Amino acid sequence: MSSLLKLSQVEAYIQQFHILHDINFEVPKGEVTVLLGRNGAGKTTTLRTIMGLNPVSKGSIVFKDEEISNQKPHLIANKGIGYVPEDQGIFGDLTVGENLRVAMKREDQETTERLEWILDLFPDLKKFWKKPGGQLSGGQKQMLAISRAYVNENDLLLIDEPSKGLAPIVVEKVMETILQMKEKTTILLVEQNFLMASKIGDRFYIIDDGQTVHNGLMGELKQDKALMKKYLGVS
Amino acid sequence: MILKSMSKSNLIYLGVAVILLILPFILTGRSVQFMITQIFIFAIFAMSYDLLLGYTGIISFGHAMFFGIGAYTTAIFMDRYDASFGALLVAILVAVLFAAIVSFIVGVLTLRLKSHFYAMLTLAFAGLFLVAAEKWRSLTQGNDGFTFKVPEFLRDSTTIYIVSLVCLVLIFFGLRRMTQSPFGRVLVAIRENEERTISLGFKVLHYKVLVSVVSGIVASFAGVLYMLSLRFVNTSVFATDVTIDVLLMTIIGGVGTLVGPILGAALIELAHHWISGLANVHWIFERWIILYGTVYILVVIFFPLGLVGTIRSKLSNGSKQKIPSKKAG
Repeated sequence: MSSLLKLSQVEAYIQQFHILHDINFEVPKGEVTVLLGRNGAGKTTTLRTIMGLNPVSKGSIVFKDEEISNQKPHLIANKGIGYVPEDQGIFGDLTVGENLRVAMKREDQETTERLEWILDLFPDLKKFWKKPGGQLSGGQKQMLAISRAYVNENDLLLIDEPSKGLAPIVVEKVMETILQMKEKTTILLVEQNFLMASKIGDRFYIIDDGQTVHNGLMGELKQDKALMKKYLGVS
Repeated sequence: MILKSMSKSNLIYLGVAVILLILPFILTGRSVQFMITQIFIFAIFAMSYDLLLGYTGIISFGHAMFFGIGAYTTAIFMDRYDASFGALLVAILVAVLFAAIVSFIVGVLTLRLKSHFYAMLTLAFAGLFLVAAEKWRSLTQGNDGFTFKVPEFLRDSTTIYIVSLVCLVLIFFGLRRMTQSPFGRVLVAIRENEERTISLGFKVLHYKVLVSVVSGIVASFAGVLYMLSLRFVNTSVFATDVTIDVLLMTIIGGVGTLVGPILGAALIELAHHWISGLANVHWIFERWIILYGTVYILVVIFFPLGLVGTIRSKLSNGSKQKIPSKKAG
């Protein structure tokens, strides 16, 4: 198993609060790795720390065999990591088209093909191409946020709770899309919706109180009811 | 052929510019011509502020500093050297370079921090330039200011009017092109969500410093035109009032629109002119800043997007409402 991303003994603070105590995991290339855990466990902070939006106080983050901890976020992004934040981060005054084009690092044939592929997946984005991003529905915003991260040829996508606040039918659509993206890229997913996580994920890591406490293949987790109840509140 | 390839809005803007170009040949009153020239100059100044506030979300409390740099540098040059066209060009170049350097330094020092640091440092720098202009009398003649000669062809008020109008049109289309380019999209993205823009791989500081430099250059150029129109300069060009005026022009007209600040400049200048004329009617009209403050509060409450922003928003809502009826029909 060749790992694309590896976090070892990562610790991080937000102001004076010690949020991540000991995070260890690997993201194998070509797979979907899911970070699970209760609210406030440190999942979002872990993604933000990988992106350099939160400083690492201890430990290492290695991406494609290169240490990236505490590098500037724009440099990390340019190494091939796309990030879909929890709040989607849509630029409300830019149109759907501008939101996508602002993210495009190149406007070559390959990027155009990726854009066309994503627009076929989300026809709503094509339909509302000239509509300001701020006027989209929650589901459309999520689709735009995912598309914006995917439009460049990133080696790794970090997706933070894509199902949050969405109607079940939209969650289905988002799930289908991530499953299709899985064929083309590596994904690190943070997800509270266990049903969705279990359908998409290949392997999981459970984070509790800022530490990775369990990991394994997603199939194993589905069988372990006691573990799910203890850390995820799923019975 | 060229006209055919232009967008509808560009054609409208060009049409208005042509009407304004003909205007001085119809209107003979020098005071009206002078007032419209001032509107053109302040419109350029307000557009420079809109680049910062409207497009990038950066607040400056000392934008008058760049205006003053443009005015003083050119005035000092014209006063010390001959009033030839060549000397004027060199003076403009020096003024613009000086403004670029100052805005670069202020930008690099503060734009990596939260935006209020930029606001506070520009305020401090503007204060510094004001004090320097007051105290360095051998160069600036302090509060009294000084008059100077300008090249022969610029002594005619109609020429100044046309030069200011041409500069306004060129700068407007230049800035419009810039704000609609990929660079402009990144500026809006920074204003909307700076952290997200960074995570997309943009070195945000570079963009912010660059836009601060462009804004400083345009503001200094407005200062150059202002000085040429008056043929006189004093420390009032560095005053906080000038920054307040430009802030009002931008907010009342509509931030992030470029056209809004032009409209705002016209409204504020006309109001200035009108209120000054009422000074004999009641003492309140001498305290125009009180009236401006009231107008500002009302605009923020009732037109938070400014005039142009509100009109655009109404139009887009109107067209949205039309869609279902079209389908129904």
